[in-house]
Amino acid sequence: MASAFEYAPAPESRSVVDIAPSYGLFIDGEFTEAADGKVFKTLSPSTEEVLSEVARAGAEDVDRAVKAARKAFEKWSALPGSERAKYLFRIARIIQERSRELAVLETLDNGKPIRETRDADLPLVAAHFFYYAGWADKLDHAGYGANPRPLGVAGQIIPWNFPLLMLAWKIAPALATGNTVVLKPAETTPLSALFFADVCRQAGLPKGVVNILTGYGDAGSALVTHPDVNKVAFTGSTAVGKAIARQIAGTDKRATLELGGKGANIVFDDAPVDQAVEGIVTGIFFNQGQVCCAGSRLLVQESVHDEVLHALKRRLTTLRLGDPLDKNTDIGAINSAEQLARITALVETGEAEGAERWSAPCELPSTGYWFAPTLFTGVTQAHTVARDEIFGPVLSVLTFRTPDEAVAKANNSQYGLSAGIWTEKGSRILAVANKLRAGVVWANTFNKFDPTSPFGGYKESGYGREGGRHGLEAYLDV
Amino acid sequence: MPTTAPPLADATASDSALRRFLHGLPGVDTVGLEARAAALGTRSIKTTAKAYAIDLAISMIDLTTLEGADTPGKVRALAAKAVNPDPLDRTTPRTAAVCVYPDMAATAVAALAGSGVKVASVATAFPAGRAAPAVKLADVRDAVAAGADEIDMVIDRGAFLSGRYLKVYEEIVAVKAECGQARLKVIFETGELSTYDNIRRASWLGMLAGADFIKTSTGKVATNATPANTLLMLEAVRDFREQTGVQVGVKPAGGIRTTKDAIKFLVLVNETAGEDWLDNHWFRFGASSLLNDLLMQRQKLSTGRYSGPDYVTVD
Repeated sequence: MASAFEYAPAPESRSVVDIAPSYGLFIDGEFTEAADGKVFKTLSPSTEEVLSEVARAGAEDVDRAVKAARKAFEKWSALPGSERAKYLFRIARIIQERSRELAVLETLDNGKPIRETRDADLPLVAAHFFYYAGWADKLDHAGYGANPRPLGVAGQIIPWNFPLLMLAWKIAPALATGNTVVLKPAETTPLSALFFADVCRQAGLPKGVVNILTGYGDAGSALVTHPDVNKVAFTGSTAVGKAIARQIAGTDKRATLELGGKGANIVFDDAPVDQAVEGIVTGIFFNQGQVCCAGSRLLVQESVHDEVLHALKRRLTTLRLGDPLDKNTDIGAINSAEQLARITALVETGEAEGAERWSAPCELPSTGYWFAPTLFTGVTQAHTVARDEIFGPVLSVLTFRTPDEAVAKANNSQYGLSAGIWTEKGSRILAVANKLRAGVVWANTFNKFDPTSPFGGYKESGYGREGGRHGLEAYLDV
Repeated sequence: MPTTAPPLADATASDSALRRFLHGLPGVDTVGLEARAAALGTRSIKTTAKAYAIDLAISMIDLTTLEGADTPGKVRALAAKAVNPDPLDRTTPRTAAVCVYPDMAATAVAALAGSGVKVASVATAFPAGRAAPAVKLADVRDAVAAGADEIDMVIDRGAFLSGRYLKVYEEIVAVKAECGQARLKVIFETGELSTYDNIRRASWLGMLAGADFIKTSTGKVATNATPANTLLMLEAVRDFREQTGVQVGVKPAGGIRTTKDAIKFLVLVNETAGEDWLDNHWFRFGASSLLNDLLMQRQKLSTGRYSGPDYVTVD
């Protein structure tokens, strides 16, 4: 790390975003306090500084929000698609115009580096709204018959890892197809959703079409079980996803669940090694590994194991961990103390089970929640760190000898969200991809997202697809 | 003979062995390489880091004039500028070298005597390299006899692209033998090699043959140095040193005109090959107009305001 060429601090200015000391719930186009007056604080994970105090929604607020959404549904769903598209295009443009502000906000509230919010999150958010804006007046041609109808009120619950991007994945297709929404952001990252509420007002979106409820799991549960919610969309942990599936069993609610993963990143001996190393790094250290489709299992062919590991460790020593607002930071903070504790516990289990731990040499800041980029070697399918989703910057390295063994190990997981294949041989990419039971398979790249591409899982990674033409289906009565 | 370490000694034993070795190198994924170069291009280099990078970049320039219209007067003017880049600020570092055609080497040597600034001469029928082997070697001998410290040769791209790797190798070895004490830079003309796989193979070929520097391009074709091809060559010198213990320099040339560009290249060096290459013995910029932009940025850092083109010297 120490070099003659020390990069001076290059912090993005915090002054581009104005965070109010407190925020209410966004219901029927207005910010309002929770019915019981409860509030909670949101922290900056990199400093533990309190950023703001936000209203904590309860069952009564959920009911109010669902009623507002139901009321708005009649007019919104009756609008011609071309009119709904105008609002979505406007939202997309406003997001682009306010992207620096929103990027800084997201970095403050989530802890991820500004380089990611600026170069990945925000451009994808805008792209998602642009993409679904384009569908709004073309639903007749989406492959679901003439004039497909919306479902009604969508209750949407999103995670803290990509707060604004997950909001976009949920809200853009819902609005394009004529649904109205009640969305609950995660309790550790409520702010960007509240700023999005302001974007909706700026865009002149009719009242009640989008409602934002900040709160905890109890609010999410009330939303999921509310009798007037027609559709549940959830991204988050498999445990909560299963609970939701149980809660809505026996009702006519539709659901899409996007849950955990333990993605296999398969490196064959004829891989482009330097780019594979970059792909491994992007696969597991992007957003501190707090990515459901992270490539958290590296399956490397035995014949190149040493070479790849050597190159990977060398590369990890160049990662810059620190102030997320610094434009040169590669690795930011872990989102919460709770998540840090979970990562730490799983890493301790890995060590206790005999896997060999290696962490990049970097100094961790004294305040905030941090975890050094870490990898485990000598991991087998039997190790906990090869099976459980860690949701942190921790890579488990396994080896294989033949393509069949690679496929067998990759598929030997309760999850099936993502996978990567690294080889210069095109025919092998196609052959292996066809055998992998994963919702998304990347070839010679990893963690590349595009609104035109459907995303979703096999097995305990959930069901339903978001993104692309397929993503429309989840919000249409077809 | 080149200092090829034992693990690679048999790579050059025959044309087929060399082909097997070069084609056995890991492939290069175009999208991934360019994405990595672009990502490193977003590093934000400010204040003290910028001051360091500007001075380092100035000290790494091979200040170049390679025109049919070159005259001794023009070369002397360039030499004066290399020694004293900014007449308004004597703390400005000197450039690494002045790079000229062989017939101007003696003029440059005389003008730079005692300054510490090296004289680099292109040779081997630069830039096309389309001449008889004997003519190319004579070209090198001329430049060395004139006192050039460094020789910038071009490879036979025709031979390379038709797969006659051993011919290219042997030509580099022969040129190296003529260089004596002069350091040899081997120019691949990456814009003509067309694929990144070829650039990686050419890099290893050049290093196996004893290149002291591998250099992207002549500056005479449409595509010259790019962040991606330079990143690839930096990976090659890094890997070559790990395998053989021999350190080889890198010189991107052509098309680098602004401070911003130069700093991006230094970031590539820093985060790929590492700080051992952050020195003008191991990294150079083949450039001419770049120097004035670096000087203007340097003045801006010290005075807080932009000066303008009349406050730096025209060549």
